[in-house]
Formats: sequence, structure tokens, C-alpha cells
Amino acid sequence: MTVREAVLDALSSVRDPELDEPVTDLGFVSNLEVESGLVSVRLRLPTYFCAPNFAYMMVADAREALLSVPGVREARVVLDDHYASAEINGGVNGEKGFDGAFEGEAEGPDLEELRRVFHRKSFVARQEKLCRELLAQGYTPAELADLCLGGLPGPRSTAARQYLERRSDLGLDVSGTAPLIVDPDGNRVPEAAVVRHLRFARTVRVSIEGNATHCRGLLATRYGSSRVVGEKPDREETAV
Amino acid sequence: MSFQGKGNIVYEKDGEKYFVVDEHIHYWDASPENTTNKYGEGFISCFYDYHKNLSPEEYVWPYEKYRKYSEEDMMHDLFEIGYVDVAIFQSTYLTDFYDNGFNTTARNATLRDKYPDKFILNGSFEPRRGEVGLEEFERKYEKYNFTGVKLYTAEWHEDSKGWKLDDYWSLRHLEKCMELGIKNVHVHKGPTIWPLNRDAFDVADVDRTASMFPELNFIVEHVGLPRLEDFCWIGTQEPNVYGGLAVAMPFIHAKPRYFAQILGELLYWLGEDRILFASDYALWQPKWLVEMFVDFEYPGDAEFDDYDEVTPDIKRKILGLNAARLYDIEVPEELQLVTADQGTGPVASPENP
Repeated sequence: MTVREAVLDALSSVRDPELDEPVTDLGFVSNLEVESGLVSVRLRLPTYFCAPNFAYMMVADAREALLSVPGVREARVVLDDHYASAEINGGVNGEKGFDGAFEGEAEGPDLEELRRVFHRKSFVARQEKLCRELLAQGYTPAELADLCLGGLPGPRSTAARQYLERRSDLGLDVSGTAPLIVDPDGNRVPEAAVVRHLRFARTVRVSIEGNATHCRGLLATRYGSSRVVGEKPDREETAV
Repeated sequence: MSFQGKGNIVYEKDGEKYFVVDEHIHYWDASPENTTNKYGEGFISCFYDYHKNLSPEEYVWPYEKYRKYSEEDMMHDLFEIGYVDVAIFQSTYLTDFYDNGFNTTARNATLRDKYPDKFILNGSFEPRRGEVGLEEFERKYEKYNFTGVKLYTAEWHEDSKGWKLDDYWSLRHLEKCMELGIKNVHVHKGPTIWPLNRDAFDVADVDRTASMFPELNFIVEHVGLPRLEDFCWIGTQEPNVYGGLAVAMPFIHAKPRYFAQILGELLYWLGEDRILFASDYALWQPKWLVEMFVDFEYPGDAEFDDYDEVTPDIKRKILGLNAARLYDIEVPEELQLVTADQGTGPVASPENP
């Protein structure tokens, strides 16, 4: 793998925390330059007023991902065309943290609490996606309620892998004997509650997927539909 | 108070007639002359992207017109061709972005005063001005005689990037609403709010506040988007919470599957009596939204299997009858529901789906 490939690979691990998709797939990476250990990345977002906290997270996560690549000595990530570009770029590249970048405008433990809120939403949505897949394969809700992670059919699907990944991020039990359907605190959902649990989980999934659809549309309107580094098309375009 | 829209074209399709209340419209001025700074430029440019991204091509305006349109444009688009019987102004100040504000109560009042049978005027309050704000609010109410209020919690004010509905001074203003007889409170979330490290779109403050003021109706604009799930949840908890379809409506054209999902979820969690049509004019125009909504059906694939059909009566409620109920708007007999309640009202809660 070349350094450029390794850098792209690292960038694709950075997700929009709200939309739960890689920033590369979403078309947020507009430029990437790698030159003897120095990496520069430009990011762009669907609107000038995208929430500054999520914007900051993506810029900071991107920089951290770049610096984790062997051979990368220095990384600079710049967010373009945002009302708070100056604060965010200065904050991330100067390692000031969100609190330092927006002095007096934040409160409490930086952005980790926000990240956790959205990891929980993504956990619920990914669980629903996996269960939907299993229901389509013929499992009944009662069977899902009894299923443990070790009983997942193999080989593991993308939905299963993504669910386990987020489950692990939340620090929940991912051993073979742990129940498949748990709430974001790790409590087993009893059989009688599984159907309603999955019904609300579906609303969470619809919301996240819909937001991603909307953001892709706005990004295309703002910057034209030319594909950039790693972008993947909207599911609505491919679904119908 | 009773209110009746007169002299408008009734929308009729396949033998069904519809009374239309557009519950969220603007008469804005974002012309270069009125734009204060780069934030004002960014704001209207962002609005224009929304407009371009989700409108059918033939309804896309040139940017110059979009920044400031005329009274004639508005009367034509809403009432002459747009099938709207009554439209509700949701005043939005943004005085940190625009010299004379974006579409203030004063600006909107000029049209309401000229066409009192077509427009309802909603005002606003600014809780961060405390006691002074409270006095201003009452004075404005006396001066403009508005009906409800529209609150934009992400509005910037001096060093603040937003506020919450259950902040102390907001509660004081809501008490004042009760005292003045204002009963409809439209809530609009935006991307910034203090503290900036929290989720600005979180609607938990609406939940708490709606419990505290059971006599007030809380209409959450954009049905809580981008937090549809949180909005659906609080809608099941609070009977006085409603969903305004501004911004959700135009997906019917650009992202029809997403629109179908939003509508299906809202009908499932809130039921057909608490969803209100809106164009968000001039973001989008009611003509094509009404036409497409009346024609709406769910896509045929498995994702939509368990959503019930959206009948003409359900469409009548969403397009106008629900808002007419909240605003005491008189609806002609021939535009009322055709069939009796089909029992598909509020159907579910997270505890009891």
C-alpha cells in the first residue's frame, strides 16, 4: 500500500457522527495531497451553517486519522466555506480542543458526550438494519429475542459487522453468549418488547438515512455533482 | 375569533375537494441592501440551495428574485395559483444578519392588514432580553395584534448562539402568551445553540415545556428534522405537540421515498390529527406541493408494506383541517371531511405500539 492509499484508507474510517457514513463516501473530502510525510486535506460540508460541533469533530477526527498512518509526520486539515471555518481550523490544527476553539461558547466535557449520544443512535439504527435482514431471512421476532451473538448466521454480513463494531464502541458485551438485541445501555430487550423496540429503532434508522440523503442533495447543489475523493452516490438514486 | 379565507380557487382532484392552510410562509427581505454581513449572505445562500435542491426545475427562481420578491409574486403564488385559502406568517427576525430583519412582524403585518381574510400573523419574542423583552413583546402584541408566536431558538443575539424553550425567561414569555390569550407556539430549531458542544437540534426542551403548558399548542416546525425520531417520541408523550411539514414537504418531489417514510412515521406515531401542511414560501411554492401531496401514494416495495393508505380525508386534515382547528378558521361545509373518522387517529406510543 502506498502512503496515499493508506491515507485514503484512514480517512474512510472518519464518519459524519450524525449521518453515520464515512466522510469519503459522503463527498466531504474535496482534496488530498501527500508529499513526503506531509498530508493536506480539504473538507467541505453541505451548508455554510452545518452544526459547528459536528463539523469540528470531523476535522479533528480526520487529522487524528491522518497522523495515525505510518510515514505521516505532519497533517493539516482545512474546512472550507463554513461560517466558523476560522475557529474550527485554528482549533484543530492548533490542538486547542473544541472548548478552546469556541471559548465561552461551550460547556462541560468537550465533545465526547455529543459523540456518545450519536453513537447510541447509530447503534440502534444498525441493530434494526441487522434485525431487518434476519427477519427477511425467515427469523421470527421471538427467535431474534433469544438469539445470542454467537448464533448469528455466518459468514457475517456487512450489517452484522457494523452493528458489532458500534456495539463495541459503546463498551457493550460482544461475546458469543451476549444477547443480540439489547438497548444502548446493554440491557436485554425481553421478548414481549422486541417488536415495539424494533419499531422505534426503525424510526431512528429512517431519520439517519433520510438526513444523509438530504445532505448529499445539498452538497451536490452547493458544489455541483462532480465526484471527488471516494464519494458514493445517494441510496435514493440507486433504490428506484 | 373566527376567520374565513374568501375568494380563492378550491383545489379539486378526482372528485375530492381540499381546503388548504399554509401554516408557514415568509415575506422576507434578504436583498444586498438589507444584508448586514457575511452571515446574512451565508444564510440566504443556504436557503437558496435548499430551494434549488428540492424544487422542480420550472419552479426555481433566479437568485436575485429569491433574495427579495414582491407582494404581487406572493399573492399570485399562494392564492391565485397555489390553492391556498389561508396562510400563516411565521415572523423570523435575524436582526444580527439583516439591517431591518429578515421578515419581521412589522413587515408581515403590512400584508396581513391589507388582506386580513387571507393572512394570519404570528409574532415572536426574544427571551434573552429578559424583562425588557417581556415589555417589548406585550407592546408588539398590542400594536400588531398577532395570533400565535414563532420561536427560532438558534437565533443569534449579541454573544449568544441560541436558547432553549425551558430557559427561565422563555417560560416567563410563555406565561405572558397564556395571559394574552396566545395559544399556538411554533418552534423552529437551528444548527447553533448554547452550549455549542450539545446537539442544537435536540427537542427535549419542547417535551419539558409542552408538559408545563398543557393549554398551549406546540407546533414543531420541520417535524423536528433532522431529529425526526426524537420528535416522534415526544409526540407520543405530549398530546399538545404538533408537527409542521415545512421543509419536509418538498422531499415529495426530490426524494419521494424519504418523504413517504417521514409521512409514514408521523402517521404511525402522531396520528392524522396532528400534522400540518406548510410550503415555507418562498423556499418552495404551494402549487406543486399541494398537487403532489393530493396524488401521493406509498411506493410499492416491502419497506412501505405496513404503512396504511393515506386516504383523501387524511390528506384533507393535513392540508388544512388540522390547522383550521388550531386557528379557529371557518371551513366551508363542502370542504369538510367526506367520511366519518376512520379510527386511524393517534395510534401508537413507544410503550404501546
